[in-house]
Amino acid sequence: MRLELKGITKRFGSLVANDSVNLVAEPGQIHCLLGENGAGKSTLMNVLYGLYQADAGEILIDGRVVKFSGPGDAMAAGIGMVHQHFMLIPVFTVAENVILGHEPTKALGFLNMDEARKRVREISDRFGFDVDPDAIVGELPVGVQQRVEIIKALIGDAQVLVFDEPTAVLTPQETDELMAIMKQLRDAGKAIVFITHKLREVKEVADKITVIRLGKVVGEAKPTSTQAELASMMVGRAVDLDVNKTPAKPADVKFSVKNLEVFNHLGQKVVDDVSFDIHAGEILVFAGVQGNGQTELTEAILGLHTRVHGSIVLDGHELIGQSVKHRLDWGLGFVPEDRTLDGLVADFSIAENLMLDRSDRKPFAKGLLLQLKYLAEFAAEKVKQFDIRTQGINQRAGALSGGNQQKVVLARELSRELRILVASQPTRGLDVGSIEFVHEQIVATRDQGLPVMIVATELDEATQLGDRIAVMYRGKIVGIVPADTERARLGQMMAGVVA
Amino acid sequence: MKLSKRPFVTVAVVALLTLLLAAVAPHDITTINVSSDTDFFHIADFPVSVTIVVWTCAALNILLAAGAGSFLFLARRKVPGAITGVAFFAMALSALVYLYHGNNMTITSLLQGSLALSVPLIFGSMAGVLSERVGVVNIAIEGQLLFGAFASAMIASMTHSLWAGLFGSLVAGALVAWILAVFSIKYRVDQIIVGVVVNMLVVGLTNFLFGTLMGDNPVLFNQPPRFDKFSLPLLGQIPVIGPVLFNQTPIVYLMYLALVVVFVALFKTRWGLRVRAVGEYPKAADTVGINVYRTRYVSVVLGGALAGLGGAFFTLGQVGSFGQGITHGAGYIALAALIFGRWNPLLAACAALLFGFAQNLQYGLAIIGSPLPSEFLLMLPYVLTVIAVAGLVGKVTGPAASGKPYVKE
Amino acid sequence: MSTEKTSRLKVDWQSIIRGNALIPVLAIVTSLIVGGILVAIANTDVQAAAGNIFSAPGTFFSTLGQTVGGAYDALFRGSIFNYQASDVALMFKPLTETLAFATPITLTGLALAISFRSGLFNIGGTGQIIFGAMFAGWVGIYVHLPFWIHLPLAIVVGVIGGAFFGALVGLLKATTGANEVIVTIMFNYIAGLLLQYLLKTPLLQAPNTANPISPAVQDTAKYPLLFGDTNRLHWGFFVMLAAVVFTWWLMNRSSIGFKFRAIGHNPRAARVAGINLGLTYVAVMAVSGALAGLAGTTQILGTEQHLTIGVSASFGIDAITVALLGRSNPWGVLAAGILFGGLRAGAVTMQAEQAVPVDIVTVVQSMIVLFIAAPPLVRAIYRIRKGAEVEAF
Repeated sequence: MRLELKGITKRFGSLVANDSVNLVAEPGQIHCLLGENGAGKSTLMNVLYGLYQADAGEILIDGRVVKFSGPGDAMAAGIGMVHQHFMLIPVFTVAENVILGHEPTKALGFLNMDEARKRVREISDRFGFDVDPDAIVGELPVGVQQRVEIIKALIGDAQVLVFDEPTAVLTPQETDELMAIMKQLRDAGKAIVFITHKLREVKEVADKITVIRLGKVVGEAKPTSTQAELASMMVGRAVDLDVNKTPAKPADVKFSVKNLEVFNHLGQKVVDDVSFDIHAGEILVFAGVQGNGQTELTEAILGLHTRVHGSIVLDGHELIGQSVKHRLDWGLGFVPEDRTLDGLVADFSIAENLMLDRSDRKPFAKGLLLQLKYLAEFAAEKVKQFDIRTQGINQRAGALSGGNQQKVVLARELSRELRILVASQPTRGLDVGSIEFVHEQIVATRDQGLPVMIVATELDEATQLGDRIAVMYRGKIVGIVPADTERARLGQMMAGVVA
Repeated sequence: MKLSKRPFVTVAVVALLTLLLAAVAPHDITTINVSSDTDFFHIADFPVSVTIVVWTCAALNILLAAGAGSFLFLARRKVPGAITGVAFFAMALSALVYLYHGNNMTITSLLQGSLALSVPLIFGSMAGVLSERVGVVNIAIEGQLLFGAFASAMIASMTHSLWAGLFGSLVAGALVAWILAVFSIKYRVDQIIVGVVVNMLVVGLTNFLFGTLMGDNPVLFNQPPRFDKFSLPLLGQIPVIGPVLFNQTPIVYLMYLALVVVFVALFKTRWGLRVRAVGEYPKAADTVGINVYRTRYVSVVLGGALAGLGGAFFTLGQVGSFGQGITHGAGYIALAALIFGRWNPLLAACAALLFGFAQNLQYGLAIIGSPLPSEFLLMLPYVLTVIAVAGLVGKVTGPAASGKPYVKE
Repeated sequence: MSTEKTSRLKVDWQSIIRGNALIPVLAIVTSLIVGGILVAIANTDVQAAAGNIFSAPGTFFSTLGQTVGGAYDALFRGSIFNYQASDVALMFKPLTETLAFATPITLTGLALAISFRSGLFNIGGTGQIIFGAMFAGWVGIYVHLPFWIHLPLAIVVGVIGGAFFGALVGLLKATTGANEVIVTIMFNYIAGLLLQYLLKTPLLQAPNTANPISPAVQDTAKYPLLFGDTNRLHWGFFVMLAAVVFTWWLMNRSSIGFKFRAIGHNPRAARVAGINLGLTYVAVMAVSGALAGLAGTTQILGTEQHLTIGVSASFGIDAITVALLGRSNPWGVLAAGILFGGLRAGAVTMQAEQAVPVDIVTVVQSMIVLFIAAPPLVRAIYRIRKGAEVEAF
């Protein structure tokens, strides 16, 4: 089955998410759709899947124009989707999830679960997935959940399979296995559309590459193109991935974590016997695939977890057992991973967000009375200093762009007297300009003689920004190595191979 | 995985309470009466010693607590739910025997009264299950019951037809549910707000029409016929159970039927799978081509229709006419039963029976002049529900997407 | 925050032009129209005239006009100005009745507004009023003190009673994560049954009576009346006005209110910024319960003076609609409280003179809130085009 998207345009208000995009997926071919976060890849796929209606353009299958008013139509036409955020119901079994929407039934609408199990086993066996149809999905590892998602896409005998950023949550091994599965599916004659922003993966599996930027197709590339070529197409200029920084001048150990264990609300050990030191004037980057305990490690340092054992000493002061407030007061600067959920109150003004951590302290409050005049002056100063692009300090923080939101968070955290800065994925989803700004601020903080701890999932960022790199795998630190360690070795460490 | 100590603590507390009860119980006799006239065979009344019963129950509960403790600390395994259940039952039994000391405890009438009070609660909790399982919080059960009661009385009175009245209650309950559905699904108003306000609307409306239409012309608008009880052949003659369960009005038989149908439909059919999917993760359901909005409308409105039937039980099944606020907050107790029954129709029905039993017990105790204030028995459903949502007897979580409007992109 | 007053004024003006401020007005008008239709349908004269609508259409419409007009005329005379009264004092008496009703409604409305803005859906106004009234009532009935200390003490104890019952909800939420909606619903019943029980015990029941009623509050613990014995309006009205200002100050100018709003908008971000969620939940519910408890004191120490199981009237539920209609803004709550107080006051006259049951007010009230909650519905009814708002995606 040959799928063709012709001149697809999709607008949200004044934002043009897709601007006459063309794309062809041929059977037996893996077609990579490469683009930065926010380039319009997911929008395009939602149009294809009938979740959005295009404002202009058409979809053709084997040369015939089709119209999808919902995902049901797309599925019926033979299009299957492996979603970035799994569309699985955690409390259902694998079989229930797979059949949802096209359930085999007996008389009177009774479910035929035997048939459902049979179908799951068939596909599972054909591609060697090894999935138990009666397992509860929420209890399966992420990699297996993704296979359930793939089975779900295949169940309606889909001929075109769309993979939307499928590797974000996978370990390197799981990624390799997925690549193998994709090739296997291609060889079985399926047309595959692979959406990603990871160059290495594109190089590995693509038969054809389309690059998309700011909603427009900027061109096609050959699988033989170098990564640098692809990157520059993707961001629109030759990118300088280098971070400008002088070699670190590490001084004394200022921050020391010993034998730290963290349990999540399910009672699972998510950080397992972690110990490390950070010196003053040094950036330690935690690398690793998302979901290997880095997030929980930073949250435990801030004091968000209740079941924590071990020791966290900052500048001679034990933090375990202290409240979040106490830790912030002691000089912990914290930039959370998800700025819209954890960093900002979207409905508060920029000014209000800037005093979120100190609203009951001088100079923001005298007694119980808020000092709004002082706040206005303070906010105006910070907006200037951190180059926050806004209509005014009373603008809703939620109305700011991602980069400007992150600047608000940084401005708030860096305007306290700090003893350490902890930042989790500080550049996630930002435009190139904002990334540079955030990197500058982080390096400047280091150069003031503070210890800095960063969590990064992109290996490039880790090696560029870090003075040393700690790699985490399944809650443990696999090793702490210099920043100039070879990529291959870092990759192995990320897969849990102790060097 | 860490084992929860909660079941053990619960059983230990229950054992202590039973022991306390045993310590204060008097040396007296409670006569238990289990038979009624229509039974196949007669079981004689039998007197039991309060002392023996309460101390036996206390001993049993101490053993159970020890058992729970050994499961947790020695075998390092999860404490089986049955242990908690039996412990609660033993405590309740000893409390009953204690409260009735020196008197006749007529099991049949105790249970008959309980069932009568439970019927609307069970209908209401089914409405809650159907609504919340599909992702719409149903605070409006009370309004659905009340409007069902009103409409059934009025329509049955005007048409002189019980079945027309029953059908009217169905439509009335569905209508109230439809308002809840439109505001929470289409207009995405906070579902709790809609529920509360819809209840208020129905209370105001029925009170108003009761004061005007029904007050001005009661013969035309508020003198419906009433359903007679009839005994099912054979089933009705089983001792204890027969007269309690199978000598009832058609509304109660409809309730049994509805309970089975709702349970089976929800957990064994395609429709039920889709309903639960929408209530857990509407976007996932949407991406496989399930119409989230339609599924929600249908399930909420069906639930409302059932609650409407429950309302008809007040008028056509019991009182024989409509009165202001005739439902007396049964909708909120049904909500409590729903939560206590963990969003499962059968468990919710059990909870509703328990609550009905507690309510009915106060009448029984008032007759024998028990010193236990009736208010505390009436409080039981509310207190138990607070305990349940506070997670003191195990974690209670509803459908994941319940209360959240779905915004289709 | 309104550090830039001019720009805010401009925004408000724009919202009026775009029809956003029109919605509440249209919601109220529509609800009153529907109420009128109900009054007409339920009236036997109108029913009779409708039977002859084709032979005597004039009679039908005049009967219709008389019925609905009469009802709303009575509502007006009962709530704002009675032009039929014999002297000036009596003419203005309805207004004082409106304010007397508005006092507990607004206070409870403020209580709920604070919780709503803090992201907690407290619908336990009824229970918290009862606790406030029980505590204040006990002090007012059984403690003997001079006025200048007795009344303040009774008020403070009532406020503590409400705060305690509210804080309990906050504590349950903070420690176990119990959903406050369910807990407050259940607590309303528990409080009612507890009061019912206590009114049968010597602790609260009046001697020499079999009825569930307490002795009267002593004169030294009563809110003094404002306009003499013929009017029910008392000093509690000014307490209510002070509470409006206090609520505004608390939520918009104090660091406590800032934290309340922060957890209301985004509890996770608030937590990351060092705000203690559990403690704040307890504080929110305590403040909320305190204001509802204050409403309870205006009932028991003001208008009611005896504790009965009906001491909270329907104010706990009315307050939900008041808080919603007032958009949880203190001034909005005051306006909504006076509006609904007026409906309650006028309904009494409407029932007495026109035999229209007071419950019509409940119908109108709930419809107003439904319409306000769903602006698209009101726009659809009046075919108002939506302003230049961007479609959400």
